[in-house]
Amino acid sequence: MVVQRTDVTDPAWYARVVDCQWACPAHTDVPQYIRLIGQGRYDEAYLLNRESNVFPGILGRTCDRPCEPACRRGRVDADPVAICRLKRVAADLCGDVTDRLPRAPRERNGHRVAAVGAGPASLTVANDLLPLGYEVTIFDGSGAAGGLMRSSIPAFRLPVEVLDTETAAVLAMGADVRFGQPVSSMAGLLADGYDAVFVGSGAPRGKDLEIPGRHEGDADARVHVSLDWLASVAFGHTTTIGRRVVVLGVGNTAMDCSRTARRLGGDDVTVVARRPRAFFRASPWELQDAVDEGIAILSERAPRRFVVEGGHLVGVELDVLEWDATAVHSEVVGTELLPADDVVLAVGQENAFPWIERDIGIAFHQSGLPEVDPVTMASTRPDVFFGGDAAFGPQNIVWAVAHGHEAAISIDNRCRGVPVSTRPPPRASLTSQKVSINQWSYANDFNPVGRQETPHVDLARRFAELHVEVELDFTPAQIEREIQRCLNCDVQTRFSERLCVECDACIDVCPVGCLTITEDGTDDEVRARLTVPPAGSTEPLYVSGPLPQTGRVMVKDEDLCVHCGLCAERCPTAAWDMARLHLVHPTAAAARAAAPA
Amino acid sequence: MPSITKPLIPAVRRERNALGLTIRDYEGPMSTLCAGCGHDSTTAALVQALWQSNLEPHRVVKLSGIGCSSKTPTYFLRSAHGFNSVHGRMAPIATGANAANRDLLYLGISGDGDALSIGLGHLCHAVRRNVRMVYLIENNGVYGLTKGQFSPTADLGSLSHRGEHNLVPPIDPMLLGLSLGATFLARGFSGDKAHLVPILEAALAHRGFALVDVISPCVQFNNHAASTKSYAATRAHELHVTDLAVPHAPVTATIPTEGAVDVPMPGGGSVRLRALPADYDPTDRRSVSAFLHEHAGRGEVPTGLLFLDESVPDMHERSGSSRVPLNQLAFDELCPGADALDALQAAYR
Repeated sequence: MVVQRTDVTDPAWYARVVDCQWACPAHTDVPQYIRLIGQGRYDEAYLLNRESNVFPGILGRTCDRPCEPACRRGRVDADPVAICRLKRVAADLCGDVTDRLPRAPRERNGHRVAAVGAGPASLTVANDLLPLGYEVTIFDGSGAAGGLMRSSIPAFRLPVEVLDTETAAVLAMGADVRFGQPVSSMAGLLADGYDAVFVGSGAPRGKDLEIPGRHEGDADARVHVSLDWLASVAFGHTTTIGRRVVVLGVGNTAMDCSRTARRLGGDDVTVVARRPRAFFRASPWELQDAVDEGIAILSERAPRRFVVEGGHLVGVELDVLEWDATAVHSEVVGTELLPADDVVLAVGQENAFPWIERDIGIAFHQSGLPEVDPVTMASTRPDVFFGGDAAFGPQNIVWAVAHGHEAAISIDNRCRGVPVSTRPPPRASLTSQKVSINQWSYANDFNPVGRQETPHVDLARRFAELHVEVELDFTPAQIEREIQRCLNCDVQTRFSERLCVECDACIDVCPVGCLTITEDGTDDEVRARLTVPPAGSTEPLYVSGPLPQTGRVMVKDEDLCVHCGLCAERCPTAAWDMARLHLVHPTAAAARAAAPA
Repeated sequence: MPSITKPLIPAVRRERNALGLTIRDYEGPMSTLCAGCGHDSTTAALVQALWQSNLEPHRVVKLSGIGCSSKTPTYFLRSAHGFNSVHGRMAPIATGANAANRDLLYLGISGDGDALSIGLGHLCHAVRRNVRMVYLIENNGVYGLTKGQFSPTADLGSLSHRGEHNLVPPIDPMLLGLSLGATFLARGFSGDKAHLVPILEAALAHRGFALVDVISPCVQFNNHAASTKSYAATRAHELHVTDLAVPHAPVTATIPTEGAVDVPMPGGGSVRLRALPADYDPTDRRSVSAFLHEHAGRGEVPTGLLFLDESVPDMHERSGSSRVPLNQLAFDELCPGADALDALQAAYR
C-alpha cells in the first residue's frame, strides 16, 4: 500500500495544526488574538476572544487551559506559551467596547427561551440568541449573575468587578432577568409556553462525607462542605475559621478552600489527598499557588473518622495508604491523627435536579445526570436542553461556554423548524501572508526567550486583604516577550506540488528538519526515511502528490514546525507559501447565515 | 536573502559526530544567493560531508575566487579559515598555502567561469602538481552573476535564457583532468544529495588533488526549458556511472559489496566504489576517457567517482618539502642566515 496523498481541502487537516485552537472547547483563535495584542489592538484582541469564549476577562484568570498542554511551543522548548495569561492581558488592556457588542434587535422574532441558572452556560445561550431576536428569560435563585463563577471562585483569583463587567455585558443585550427566583418546577416552567428551556444550573452541591463522627458533638458546625462554605465566604456570611484547618480532597476546589481558609485566619492549613502527588486533580499552577501560601499537602491518606472529644471536633483520623505504581490499588498500612479545629470537605460536586419532574419526558441516568446528546445538548425531551456542569457533571467554565454555543444553535434550529442534528460546518479560509519577497504579514522569527513568570502579590498583603487579586499583571516587557513566543501555528505551510523543481532548498533551510522528499511507500517506510525521524509522534504526515520531475513525494512532519516561513522564502517557484488558516466555529448567528430557513 | 537567520530550535534532536559537534556547527551565515540556487544545495551537501568526516572546522581552509560559487564558502563552516582571492586565482593561493602548511585541509570552491575561463591555467597546474586539496566546481553552464552569458561549460547548441544559441564547444572538466593526470575525478548533481555526499566525503579523504564537478543549476538564468543544465534536464540525462559509500561514516546510500572495489584512504577507512557498467574500470585512465567521450557525445551526464588513483605522490612528497608547517619552524631553521644563502648560491656556480 502506498501512502495516501493528504487531502488539504478538508479544513480539519490544517485545523489540527493549530494545536491550541483545536484543543480549546470554544475553539478560540489564539494565534490571531496574540498577534492583535502585539499590534496594540487590545479591543480587537478582546472582541476576537469574546466571539468564541464570551468571558475573556474571567477565563483569562480561571480557565483550566486545555490549550496550554497542547501548545506546540511546549514541544519546541520547555514551556507552552502563556496563552491564558495573554487572554487576561487582552481583557485588562481593552478599552470600552460596549458599543461594539451585539444587542437584541428592536423587533423580536417572537420566540421565547427560558434559561435556568445565570452561570456561564446560560449566559452564553443568551449571548448567542438575544441578537437573533429571541426573548431570553434567565432565572436564578441568587441575586446576581455568574453562578459558580461568583459563589465558588474566590475573589482573590477572580475580582468581582471583572465578573460584574462581563456578565453585565450579556444581560445588557436585552435579557429578561429574574434574579432571586429559583425555578421550583420544570413542568411549571414549560407550562408558561416557552419554545425552549435551557438548563444551565450547574452542579451546585458539594459532596458530603458520611464517615463516623460526622454528626457527633459540634462536628456539624465545624465540618464544612466546600461549595456552600465558599459561597458563604463570597457573600460575606462567613468571615473566620479556626487556626488549624484540614481540607479533604485535592482538586481545584480544595485549593480554593485551603487558600480561602488561610485568609480567614487558618495559619496551619493541610490539604489531605488519597493518591500520590503525580495523580492530583488540581491544575499544577493552582497547586503551586497553594504551596506558595504555606499550605501543607499530605498525600496518600484517606479519612477514616472525625475525632470528637468532649463534644468538640479535635481532628481527623487518617488511614495511611500504600499505592501500587499506577495508583490504582492501595492498602492501609497504618493510621494517624491529624488535629483540626475546622474541616472543609472538597471531595467532589453533585448535580441536583429536585425541581425536574421525572414524568415529563426528561430521562436521567442512574448517576442522577440527565441523558444529553453531547453534540446538540438536547435532552430526551425535544424542547429542553442542558449545558455546563448540569449536562455532564463538573467541568471547567470554558466547557460551559462551548455547551452554550451548541445549545443556542440547537434552540435556533428548533425554532426555525430545522432538525437539531443539522450542524453548521466550520468556516475555513486560507490566505497567503506574503507581503513582498521574503516579507510576511506576521513576525516569523523564532525568539528563544522562556515563558514569562506571572508576578504575584506578596504573601503579607494576600493574607491581610481577603479580596486582593493574587496574580499581578505582566509588565509591558513581559507581554512583548510572551507574544513573541507564539509560533503562529495558524500560518500554514501550503505546498503546490506541480511547481516543485526538487532543488532541496526547503529541506536544507528548515531549522527543524521537518521536510523530506522521498519515494512513495507505506507509512512505515516513509517514516523511516524522514530527515528527522519523529520521536514517538504518531501525528499523521503531510504527503503531497507525485512531484513533476521524479514522481517522488514531499513529506512534512508537522510536529515541530515553527512556522518560520524559511521554506517558502528559499523556494524558487513559490511551491511553498505561508497561508493563514482563518477557522471559525459557528455560533447560532453564523449557522443562520449559512443555511437560511 | 531570507528575512531571518535559520534559528536554533531547542527541541530538535541533533546527532553528534566523533568530535561531539552537531551538523549546525558546520553551517555558516544565511546564503544571499537566489532562492533555489543549486549552490545552496551543494553547500548543504558539503556541510553534511564535513560533519560526517569528523573534520575539525578550524583545521579547514576555505578558498575561492569570484562568482556566485565563490560566495558560497561564507555559507558553511563559520569557524574555518578562509581566503577569497581575485578572479580565477584560487588554485595558486591554495598551492601556496598548502606549500607553507600541509597540516590543514584545503577546500577550494569555484565555478565554471572562475575555474575554466579566467582560472583555467592555474587549475591545470594545480592538477599537475597534485596539490592535496578539494577543488569543487559548481557548474551551471552560465555566468549568473553577470546576468546569464554562456560559460565555458555551456553545451553546444544549448540556448541562453534570451534564446541565443551557444556556438562554442564546452570544456569537460573531467576529460580535462584525465588528460592532465588528475588523481581523483568525480561528478555529482546538487539535486541528488544521497549520491553527492559520499563523493564529497571521498574527495575530502583523497591524498592528492580531488577535482569534483557538481552540476548545480542556476535557477535564474539556466533553468529554462531549453537549458541543458536545469534541474529537469540533469535529472533526465544523469547517468550514475558509479555509486560509492564511505563505510566509516553514516551514509544514506547502501552499496552491496558484490562487484565493488575498496580503495583504502590515507585518513583511515576506505572508499567502496561500485562500478555500474560491468566493464567500467575507474582506475584505468584510457578507458574512462573513452567512456566519457562516448557518453558526452550522447548528451548524457555521467556522474559518480569517475576516476581514482591513490598511488601518485602529492606535491610535498614529490618535492621533499618541509613536513612541519613553516609557521611552526624556529626562526633560524626557516631563515638559516647569509652564510647558508652564500653556500646555496655557490652550489649553483
